[in-house]
Amino acid sequence: MNETLQQIKERFQEAVAVESGRDGDVVVMADTRSARGALLEVIGKLRDLGFTVLTDLAGIDYLQYPIQQPGRFAVTYILSDLKRRQRVRLKAYVGAQDPVLPSVTHLWQAANWLERECWDQFGIRFEGHPNLKRLLNHHEFVGHPLRKDYPMRSRQPLSENDSLMDEMVVRLRQKGLLLPGIEAQLATPGVRVSDHGEEAAPGSPSFGARGGAASAAVVERITALPGVLGEPEFYRDLHTELMFLNIGPSHPATHGTLRALVALDGETIMAAVGEIGYLHRGFEKSTEVQTYNGVIPYTDRLNYVSAMMNNFAYCKTIEKLLDIETTERTKAIRVVIAELSRIVDHLVCIGANLVDLGALTNYWYLFNVREKAYDIFDRLTGARLTNSYGRIGGLARDFYPGCGDDILRVLKETEKAIADVEQLISHNRILLDRLTGISAVTAEEALSRGWTGPLLRASGVDYDVRKAFPYDGYEQYDFEIPTGTVGDTYDRFFIRFYEMAQSARIIRQALAKMPAGPIFPDVKTAALPPKDDTYNNIEGLMNHFKLIFEGVKVPPGELYDSYEAANGELGFLVVADGSGKPFRNRCRPPSLLAYAAFPEIIEGHMIADAIATLGGLNIIAGELDR
Amino acid sequence: MGLETHFGHSVVTTRIDAVLNWARKNSIMPMPFGTACCAIEFMGLVSSQFDLSRFGAEIVRFSPRQSDLLMVMGTISYKQAPILRRIYDQMPEPKWVLSMGVCACSGGFYDNYCTVQGIDDIIPVDIYVAGCPPRPEGLIEAIMKLQSERIGQETVLARPRPVVSLPVASRDREGGAQETVRH
Ligand code: SF4
Repeated sequence: MNETLQQIKERFQEAVAVESGRDGDVVVMADTRSARGALLEVIGKLRDLGFTVLTDLAGIDYLQYPIQQPGRFAVTYILSDLKRRQRVRLKAYVGAQDPVLPSVTHLWQAANWLERECWDQFGIRFEGHPNLKRLLNHHEFVGHPLRKDYPMRSRQPLSENDSLMDEMVVRLRQKGLLLPGIEAQLATPGVRVSDHGEEAAPGSPSFGARGGAASAAVVERITALPGVLGEPEFYRDLHTELMFLNIGPSHPATHGTLRALVALDGETIMAAVGEIGYLHRGFEKSTEVQTYNGVIPYTDRLNYVSAMMNNFAYCKTIEKLLDIETTERTKAIRVVIAELSRIVDHLVCIGANLVDLGALTNYWYLFNVREKAYDIFDRLTGARLTNSYGRIGGLARDFYPGCGDDILRVLKETEKAIADVEQLISHNRILLDRLTGISAVTAEEALSRGWTGPLLRASGVDYDVRKAFPYDGYEQYDFEIPTGTVGDTYDRFFIRFYEMAQSARIIRQALAKMPAGPIFPDVKTAALPPKDDTYNNIEGLMNHFKLIFEGVKVPPGELYDSYEAANGELGFLVVADGSGKPFRNRCRPPSLLAYAAFPEIIEGHMIADAIATLGGLNIIAGELDR
Repeated sequence: MGLETHFGHSVVTTRIDAVLNWARKNSIMPMPFGTACCAIEFMGLVSSQFDLSRFGAEIVRFSPRQSDLLMVMGTISYKQAPILRRIYDQMPEPKWVLSMGVCACSGGFYDNYCTVQGIDDIIPVDIYVAGCPPRPEGLIEAIMKLQSERIGQETVLARPRPVVSLPVASRDREGGAQETVRH
């Protein structure tokens, strides 16, 4: 790491501040308040040094932060070098007045939605962004909720959903599906759509957020002109016209919350745009008023299919901020439970996906064993789904007697069920035809889109946080990282079978050498006292009281840490201000970047294929919209 | 079924309400409006272990036009609210609404800028199920209650049902923007 730090320092020669962060990551600070262009230069240099993947991009509002900062807002870019397994945190400060930064969408596709989210939540504009619309909040929303001066309970109802036609027109134009006639129509004032990158002046009323008003006018114009939508030559004699169809948000295959507007030619999707935010429930804002331990139940509800992995991911970040080491037993228990959760998550993904494809039988096979795993979770944590099992520094409680044996028994039954399902489907011609070659994504594209986890591995990149940045003692376990070759729906689907087998391997190893000992380290300022002490002596009780009511006091500082969750790299960027509550709690959701790609990768395929693709991406809305 | 073999050519007399309610009660067709974590528990409910079909309610219809029980399962955000209302309006009478989980009932611990503080601000609700998420057993109880207390109370001429007058000013605890749910 020092070597990298040295390299970066040399490269920049005092031009920007470079330091070593608490997490061992390098932090580069760019004060872009005066020279905006400088940011792109810094990013260019970092890319040359090998930090070629944009892992996350998030805003921070430093209003009321106890330590003076160079600007009110900062945008943090997490850049990763997957080969050397290093990360750089780049902070670009912007002032309170008209905060603006250059967009990096031309460098990474992942930046598109991340920048939109940052604009939506903080009101930081990104110059040169192709479509700077709101992402999570609805189009009638006024203000930017993650700013510190936006009241948390200031609610804004929505009267009508966005038609998305403004984005659709842009997409149709890009794909050459719009006839020149309508181009002229659209160019007239009043129907400007939101591809303001080139023409509209920044700050002019049509800039950014409000696509809604323009879109209604656009729809009117389009429907008023017969035959304006273009058709490629070879379809012309069929006299097909493009038909617009909303898939979702209330659709069984979109799980209630995802939406894609598609332009269809017959059953083929010619163009598609997506919209999210239907399950946006303010995770990041709500958790700013909770104590660190109080955030844990909220993390359950990110990826609610494997809730405990989120708990552990979050605890791990805070533990790193506090610089405490969990005990060996806690580490091993976390590994066992996390891998069991990964299996459950993949079971649900495969089962639900097969239902969407019309193969109902497998659902019963897989869900029966899932119920058995839930029985264990139930007994261990008191809840089936939203377990809140992690605690900062440890766990809510230790294994109950015989828990390990229960897990092994369920594991065996699970393997049987998985084998049964595999037998049913792996040679099923219909299924294979529906999965093979659909929506293939190359490795470069997947990296540019910021994909992680099974999706990235399906495209052939063997990046896994468990191996790249080992934690919880994963380096002791013997397991492999399965990768795909083509990156199509088939790969994304079947890779989960291999991952489950590896998880089972890890669980067996971890259970075989489960260390004895306490589950909390002896750190009075952070670790909850054992229940015996809480109930039976006054120090324990007071300590418990202080930790619960005031929260674990985390010294000022910030860091990004990641965890290999079932869907990919689940990261948290936490800013602490010395109090018992997090100042900023950013969650880097793997599903967001996966879904950002969805509209584009389904173009050219049939609707039914799009459903299969969506299932293969395994989007969990709680994590997508937070 | 060959009922004639048991009853021969006999005649059963009853009231039309009784027959209709009997049929409706035992063939509920739910429309699952699942948006979040609670919907995962619903998946558990319809699978073999809890098996909702024992209560005659397993034929899940994803079209509101073919269903009579709207099960709202999950957090409803303001962005989602117009859609929920539209789905409800699309359902034919008679219809019932089940609100599953604290989020749907009251907003739960998402007391913030984007979450509707209870779906009864938008649509009438017949039965609330507590829990985060409620266990499948809780849902089964709710459905049984619904069968005995709501669906059984129907008459052809008039049906008792909660009334929600719209628009509704929703609860606003700490100042903030004036909220009125518009439709
Ligand atoms: S009630 Fe709980 S489990 Fe249900 S949707 Fe809300 S947060 Fe999720």
